[in-house]
Parts: sequence; C-alpha cells; structure tokens
Amino acid sequence: MMRVDDLVEAISALQRSDLEAWIRDELVTPRQEAGTLLFTDMERARVRLICTLHYELEIDAETLPVVLSLVDQLYDTRQRLLSLTAAVAAQDHAVQAAIIAAMKRNAGASEADKL
Amino acid sequence: MKDPYETLGVNRSATDKEIKDAFKKLARKFHPDLHPNDKEAEGKFKDISAAKDFLDDKEKRRRFDAGEIDASGAERSQERFYRDFADGPAYASHATQDGFANNEELEEFLSRAFASGGRRSQGTFRARGQDVSYVLPVDFLDVANGAVRTITLPEGKTLQVTIPEGAEDRQTLRLKEQGMPGFGGGPAGDAYVELHVEPHRFFNRKDDNIHVEVPVTLKEAVLGARIEVPTIGGPVTVTVPKESNTGTTLRLRDRGIRNRKSGQRGHQMINLKVILPAAEEPELVAFLEKWQPKTQQDPRKEMLP
Repeated sequence: MMRVDDLVEAISALQRSDLEAWIRDELVTPRQEAGTLLFTDMERARVRLICTLHYELEIDAETLPVVLSLVDQLYDTRQRLLSLTAAVAAQDHAVQAAIIAAMKRNAGASEADKL
Repeated sequence: MKDPYETLGVNRSATDKEIKDAFKKLARKFHPDLHPNDKEAEGKFKDISAAKDFLDDKEKRRRFDAGEIDASGAERSQERFYRDFADGPAYASHATQDGFANNEELEEFLSRAFASGGRRSQGTFRARGQDVSYVLPVDFLDVANGAVRTITLPEGKTLQVTIPEGAEDRQTLRLKEQGMPGFGGGPAGDAYVELHVEPHRFFNRKDDNIHVEVPVTLKEAVLGARIEVPTIGGPVTVTVPKESNTGTTLRLRDRGIRNRKSGQRGHQMINLKVILPAAEEPELVAFLEKWQPKTQQDPRKEMLP
C-alpha cells in the first residue's frame, strides 16, 4: 500500500496537484483509511499509465477521462472474454469444436449480409 | 540495452524535441496498456522508455556520445504495467472467476475461433492475398530436361516448383494461390517464381540447339574415330570423320532441347577442337622433322599484307 507522498516520490514526473485532480475526477480510486488515501499496486500501475498518457503522450486533461474510459471498457471486455474462454476450455473437445464452428458461421453470415 | 539512438530511430544530433517526438510516436504504437493483444508490446515499450530515459539524462547522453559509457545500466526498474493487473484475477471491476484463463488461453481460443486470420474487426473486409515473387536459381540440366524442385520460403513453408522442360532463363512461373493468404475468406495471392538458369560447364544453349566444344586428339582428327560425347540426355557415340579439323562442326539430330510449342527437339552442335599430345612424343617430333608436306600451306596468308 502506498500513500500519496510515496507515489509522488516514486514517480518522478508526477505532480501532486495532478494526482489530486485525478482522484477528484475518480480516474483513480484509492481506498480511504483514517483520513489517509491508500493505493494498491494495481492503482500505482494505473497512476503510472495515466502519467504516461498525460505527460509523455500529451493527452490533455479533458481527453484523459475519455481515453481511460475506453481503456477500461477494453479491459472489461477482455475480462469477460477470459472468463468465457475459461468456461469453454473446461468443456469437452466436441463442445469446444461446436462453439468454434458456430462462431465461424456467425462471422461468415454477418459478412455475407454486408457484402 | 541497444544503442538508444537506434531504438528510437533518431540521429545522434537529434534535439530534445526530436527525441520526445520519436518516443511519443513509438509509445503510442507499443504501450502495452493500449495494446493488450500485442504480446511483444511490453518488451518494445520497455526498450523505447529506457532509451528515452537514457537520452533525457544530459550527463549520460554526453558520456555515451563521448564513448565513456555504453548503453547498459540504464534499465528501468521492474515496473508492472496496468495490463498485468487489468488482465489478472485481481481486476477490480469483476469478481475473480473460478478456472481463470490466462492470456495464452485467450489468444489461442480467439485465434481458433477467428481462424481466417487478418480479419478486420468488422468482418466486412475481404480481399485476395498479396502476390509474392521469388527467384529460383536452377541447374542448366534441370531446365533442359525438366524437373521438380522444392523451395523453402523464409517463413518455413515449402513450395513445389515444376520446371518445365525447355524453360528459358528469366522465365517466370506462376503458382496459383501460393502467395500470401487472403483476408476475410478471400483467395490467396499467387507466387511468381523467376528462373535464373546457371550456366553449364560446357553446354551452351542457342534457342533449341545445344552447342558444345569437344576436344579430339591429333590422331582422332587425322585418322577419324568413334568417340563418346556428352549430350543433355547422356553420352552418345559419334563418328569423327577422317581429316577433321578444329572448327569442324558435327550435328547430332534431335539431341537438343524440346521446343515447348512444336514438341520438336533441337540439335546438338559439336564443335571439334584438335589438341596436341599432352606428354612428350619423340616419335612424332622425329617424324615431323623429316616430314615433307605434299602441299605447301600458308594458313596466315590472308592475315598479312
């Protein structure tokens, strides 16, 4: 667990005022414990990602929430896919093959509709 | 770490802004959190970050440029990317699922489910694969007689190439649908193979005829002989007529290359070349010393005024 001070110390590019703004806008959501904000390793990585987006890729403050929201949606979707994959992987080979065949048919059909 | 300038693709004289721009461009392409499907993104991004950190450090850059230090020791500390968490079981917005599948399983499954590969996200994109071309060096005799050759492509795939009998140098063969795979169910492209015929040690091709220079001994030339000569189809016995000379041409009918259109074979033209004995022949010398030719001969008459 890290506090705001630790984070600002650890990530040299990070401006304290920016971090406070991101917390206010809920781009990062640290846990609050006895008046102290605590960041998990995952949130620390998220702060680093935001730093890269903002300071290095120069995505400005207004655009940042849009980009992060898309990134979050991407990871949500991947998370669902991962869980779906795990469920499929737990099935018999025949079932797996049938699912894959059905997916290919779907893909083929939607293609035919559009052509 | 590799040369940081090379990693970022900038000159040694690049300004801070040029370095920053180069980094931005590459970071957009390789940031692993923005490209979770790209397995190699993380390594590439680490390389370019390390290179940028290195060049951002004025003192390090100066010493590197001066050759005082190499590019090592500039590795970034082992930071974990957001992707490592977001794809992991601890991902906050979803409860951990039993039988959690790792990334590898996901990619494997997806590549099987969408096996046509290269499909664009909407699935509407359908195109023929790209044509590819190769150069195939071929043996003179393979072209003369026809052959089947296997070529191994850089990506490990093999192609069977049928070299037609009588193919020409620089002739291009088209192998239908042996090029790059198509997109979205489109057909593969074609492979074009250009034949580069390697010259033969003694056979020369002129259209459908084969020309070959055949050495004969003095004795064979003067007295005539039955000798064995090579042809593209194997050795053949021919008669050297009496009193043959260097430059005498013999023709072996239908021993040349089969014409692709008419099916007729060309001929093999044998150009004789008289050679003197390789070892000392005292009897021949003695004979020539006392030999009085019946007809005086001046072979250089036409060359001199």
